[in-house]
Formats: sequence, structure tokens, C-alpha cells
Amino acid sequence: MRRGNIIKLVVLVLLVATAVALSIKPLVDPVKGVLLGLDLRGGVHLVLQAEPNEDGTPITKDDIDKAKAIIEKRVNDLGVSEPIVQPDYDKKRIVIDLAGVTDPDKAVDILKTTAKLTFRDPQGNVVLKGEDLKDAKGGQGQGSGYVVNLSFSSEGAKKFGDLTTQLIGQRLGVYLDDDLLTNPTVNTPILNGQAEITGYDTLESAANDAVLMRSGSLPVSMSIAEKRQVGASLGVDSLNKSIQAGLYGLIFIFLFMLIFYRIPGAVANFSLFVYALIVLWVFWGFRVVLTLPGIAGFILSVGMAVDFNIIIYERIKEEIRAGKSLRAGVESGFSRAFITVIDAHVTTLIAALTLYYFGTGAIKGFALTLGVGIVVTLFTGITFTRTVLRWIVGTNPKMNTTWFGVRRDG
Amino acid sequence: MKTGHPATYDEVKQVHPLYFNIVKRRLWWFALSLVVLIPGIISLFMQGLNLGIDYKGGSMLDMTFNKSVTQAAITDTMKSVGLEGPVQLSNGDTSALIRTEALEEEKRNELLAALQTNVGDYDKTSLKDDKVGPAMGQELTRNALWALLIAMGLMIGYITIRFQFVFAISGIIALLHDVLVVVGIFSLFQLEIDSSFVAAILTVFGYSINDTVIIFDRIRENEAKMKKGDIFEDMVDKSIWQTMRRSINTSLTVLIALLSIYILGGVSTKLFSLAMLIGVLTGAYSSIFIASQILLEIKIRTKKTRKGGKRFALK
Repeated sequence: MRRGNIIKLVVLVLLVATAVALSIKPLVDPVKGVLLGLDLRGGVHLVLQAEPNEDGTPITKDDIDKAKAIIEKRVNDLGVSEPIVQPDYDKKRIVIDLAGVTDPDKAVDILKTTAKLTFRDPQGNVVLKGEDLKDAKGGQGQGSGYVVNLSFSSEGAKKFGDLTTQLIGQRLGVYLDDDLLTNPTVNTPILNGQAEITGYDTLESAANDAVLMRSGSLPVSMSIAEKRQVGASLGVDSLNKSIQAGLYGLIFIFLFMLIFYRIPGAVANFSLFVYALIVLWVFWGFRVVLTLPGIAGFILSVGMAVDFNIIIYERIKEEIRAGKSLRAGVESGFSRAFITVIDAHVTTLIAALTLYYFGTGAIKGFALTLGVGIVVTLFTGITFTRTVLRWIVGTNPKMNTTWFGVRRDG
Repeated sequence: MKTGHPATYDEVKQVHPLYFNIVKRRLWWFALSLVVLIPGIISLFMQGLNLGIDYKGGSMLDMTFNKSVTQAAITDTMKSVGLEGPVQLSNGDTSALIRTEALEEEKRNELLAALQTNVGDYDKTSLKDDKVGPAMGQELTRNALWALLIAMGLMIGYITIRFQFVFAISGIIALLHDVLVVVGIFSLFQLEIDSSFVAAILTVFGYSINDTVIIFDRIRENEAKMKKGDIFEDMVDKSIWQTMRRSINTSLTVLIALLSIYILGGVSTKLFSLAMLIGVLTGAYSSIFIASQILLEIKIRTKKTRKGGKRFALK
């Protein structure tokens, strides 16, 4: 019994140590690891609100879906690793999260543009629309400078051919919304549906316009209802600071538990590793995005995970003081304190769930980590901490109770 | 100390070297709470809360310049593009926090360009830029109030099922006390309220009731074991002291966690953790000194009226 329990304990410690060692790499992997929110690595959060149509027609779900598809296309052209584009049909909004985008200013610029491509004759009449366009690509021009190559659909090619035949010798304005992109003179009729817009200084600016042209125009005009933009180095700074905060918090909690609760304190600290590991793997598994308030929620949940242990240990102390043996004290302490813990944690869980339901963005992240934390606390407390304590008591049932923080005087 | 039976009131008194009768002095605790609450409430009516752009709508730019700058240079530049708003400098006058109306992208870029030329170069990669339209702010406030109300309703429901309705009411009064203390202090010192403040308040909500439930749980247990002739006040006092170390230690670990976020966690989580620090401290206080005393007052009063009714009938 004695030796068996000691072996079990040693094996368990080794197992947890190995699990921690093996988990660090996959969890902190920048691509496949736990996802970091844009406040921790820079990026943009945008809420685009569809403006009511000028003619008073209501905005339909279909409009929002179309807008979403177009925005997704533009986002993909930005090369962000895991962009989030979410429609909110009730409120006629699209929420966009771009974490880790290198140039947030440019991203905002591309996303908010309604970008309706039109061709206009010298009198300013729209003669051809972007819908007839099949593709647009930025590229190197024949001379110096860069160009956007346009290719039209078969119908568009026909229209464009007629148009260039009519307007020979005149100017054909190419507009993106009301901005004149270029105003070339038509030299020859273009009948094959392939045209190019010249005069770009950089490949980047040509490519940007190409993105706007080929993704087409948004079906409704959208305004920025909310924007949160965080620079990349600011994000890294926040991440480092919160890791530091978490580390110091943990160290002090560890010391506190060791000093006040001795052996059970050490068990609690040991359980905390298991707790943290489970929580992080849950985040990883469910692709939870860790944000700044999310980390705060996690640190807070560590403080509360320790609560569970304190409630149980104090109860065990009381049971021992009331004359129970160590082993009986641990058993009855656990089962009686469990009711207390359930009641106390369910009330906190209620708060976390309501927060999650009503919260937006950052608050949701906080509620999620707090809620996951509470559930995992209950789980590790009941399974892990209890078993380890039993084994420890099993190594020596006559163990001095001072190691459980109980003074048996008189 | 004798062992072999559940602790008696006298034994509980002996175990704690600092024992004093908490229940008998309950009017003191009520008075102490009022001393903290009243200035906060007055301030709430007089100057209200310092609501941030999350609620009012607006734009907020947090930028770090390469050299130290002056407030006047920034406000003048803002004026030159037709904007105004408070500017806060920090970090040896290199960081500026600029608040103004909700800016369109064009206007924002115009302002940033003007600042670059007139005030100096700034670090683009550490720019923080928030814009909240006015409609979004109203929505946030509405959602926050709903969240608080619904959480409160659910908690009353849960505690009523698990305990009694009186426990739920006393717990919620203690909760409102905690929230009012935090909100009052934020109003008194005009600390800014942003969207994370609601999260802080709701966590205080969840955590403070957690603390209270631990004591209530003991009262529930001891109440069931009360013998004839036992006094309700003594039973409550005993329960409070039996759970005293638990209440203090659980709050301590959470306070350690919060303090480390507050001190080391960076600017953006500072006010958030401060609100929670105040809340958790008040929560710990109120679960020991307020919640159970209110429970006691309600229980005594409801009993007295019943007795009074009987005596009246005898006449």
C-alpha cells in the first residue's frame, strides 16, 4: 500500500512533467498554436454597418451575404492567416477581424471602399459597368511603370468593342466610385476583351486597384460603425506584459499555498499545472482566440481554481479538528466541501454565461476564458486533486497532521 | 480542545485568536458601508460617470512619438484640421492619448498626416486607434444593463432553489452594495469607464456572490443542526467565524492574481483590474460583514411580526 502509492505519485509527477514539456511547443506555435487576438499581435477589428438605401428599399439578407462574399474576397487578397468575416443579419452589419495584418491602414482602406467600377464617356455618362468585368490583375507594363490588365466577359467584350469603336480618338474615363483612375484616349477599337490601364508608379498600387476592381462593388454602401486598430509592436508589448503578470501572479499564489497549506498546498500547486494545461488545450482545440481581457480572465480563473482547494482544505482541517482521522477527514472534507464549491462556482458561471451571451468582442473573450476556467477547475478538483490527496494520505495514514496545516494541541 | 464532535460556538471562538462578535456589531458595519457608499452616490448624481468612447462614441488615438512633444502642439494641430478634444501625455511626454469625435477615415488620415508634419514622427507599429460610432455605444450600454439584470435574476433563482429566497435577497443586496461601491469610487475619482468595465462589474458580481454563498452554505448547514434554546445570532456568528479563514484566503489568492495584472499587465488592463480589485475587496468585506447581517435582520424581523401577531390575538 505504502510503496504502491509512492510509486503511483512519482509516476504521476513524471507524467505531468512530460505532458507540460511536450505541450509547450504545439501550444505556442505561432501558426498552429493557441490563437492570439489582434490586441496581442496587432491588427484591425471592423464593424461595417450597411447604410439604408437612398430609395428606401430595405436591405435584405441577400445584400449582406453578397457584401460578405465580396469582403471575404478582398480580405483573402490581403494575405491574413485566419481572417474572420461574420455577418450580423439582424443589425445589418459585417464584423471583420484581421489579426496580424501588416499594414492595417491599407486594409481598412481596401475594405471600406464601395468600389464601383465604371467607364464613362467624355460627357460623364456611364457607358460600361464593372459587372461586365471578368478579371483584373496588376502587372508590369510594356514600358516603364505598372498596369492593371482587364479582361471582360464575352458580353462585356462585345460592349467594350462597340464602345471603343464609337469613341475612337476620344477619352474613356475609368472610375472607381467617383475617383478617376485613368483617362486614356482610345486609339484603336479593342475587340478581344483585353484592355490595360497604364500609369501606376508601383506594382502595389496597381495590385490594390485590381483587387477592388475584380471583387466588384458592395451591393450596399457601408460605413465603419466601429474600428479598433492595434499596431503590431504594441500587441507584442501587451502580450509580454500579460505573460509577465501571469507569471508573477502564479509564483505568489504558489508560495502562498505552500506556506499556508503545506502538503495539500503542494498538491494544489501541482493541480494548477494540470489545470492550466487542460485550459490551454481546450482553447487550442476549440480555436478560442486569446485576447488581452481573455488572458486577464485566465489569470483570474487561476486565482479561483485555488479557491476550490482552499475551501476543501479548510473543511478537511475542520474535520480533523473534530476528531476524524486523516483519511476520514480527507474523504468527508471533500464530499462536504463539494456542495459548497458547486453552489459557489455555479453562481460565478451564471455571470460568465450572461457576459458571453450579451458581450461583444473583448468582453466575450474574457467571459469565455473565465467560463472554461470554472468548468475545468471543477473537473480537475474532483478528479485529479482528490486522487492525489488520497494517494498521499495512503503513503502514511499516521502522517503528522501538521503537514496538513492542523495544529492538534491539548 | 476537546475533539470527537462538531465544533461548538465556544470552540470556534477559541480557535481564532482575533475573535470578536461580528453579529452584535452589525450596525457598525452598516454604518461603515454607508460612509463609503454615500459620497459615491452623491458624486454619481453630481458629476456622473466619466464614460469613454465605448459608450459615448468617438475616436481615440494612442500614439507614441519618437521624441517628447507638447500638449499645445497637438491641440493646435487638431484645431488646424477642425477638431478638438482632450489630449493626455504620458511616458515622458512621448505617448499621447487623443480623444475626439468619431472620425471618418479621411479625416483620421488627415489628422495623422498633420500630426506627423507639425508635431513629429510617430511609431506607426505602436499606434492604437479606436473608433466607436454613437449607435454602437448606446447598444453597448443597453446590452450591459441587460446582462446585469439577467445575471441577477438567474442568481436569485439559483440561490432560492439551493437555499431560500431570504438568502437570495440578502446575497443580492450585498452584491448591489459591492457594485455601488465600485461605481461610486469610479465616479468620485472620475476614472474612465470603458467596455471592459462592464466585464469587471459582472465578474465582481459572480465572484462576490461566490464568497457569500460559502458563508450561506455554512449557515444553512448549522441552521439545520440548531437545537432548542440556540440563538440564531450566535449560530450566524459561529458560521461566519468557521468560514473566516476560507473567506480571507480565497479572496487573497484572487487579489494576488488581480494585483499582478494591475501592476504588470500594461495600460489597457489597468482600469479593468482596478475595478475588479476594488470589487473583490468589497465583495470579501460584504460577504462577511453585510450579507449575513442582512439575512439575520430579515429573519429576526419576519419572526417578530409573527410573535407580535400572536400577542395581539391573546389580548
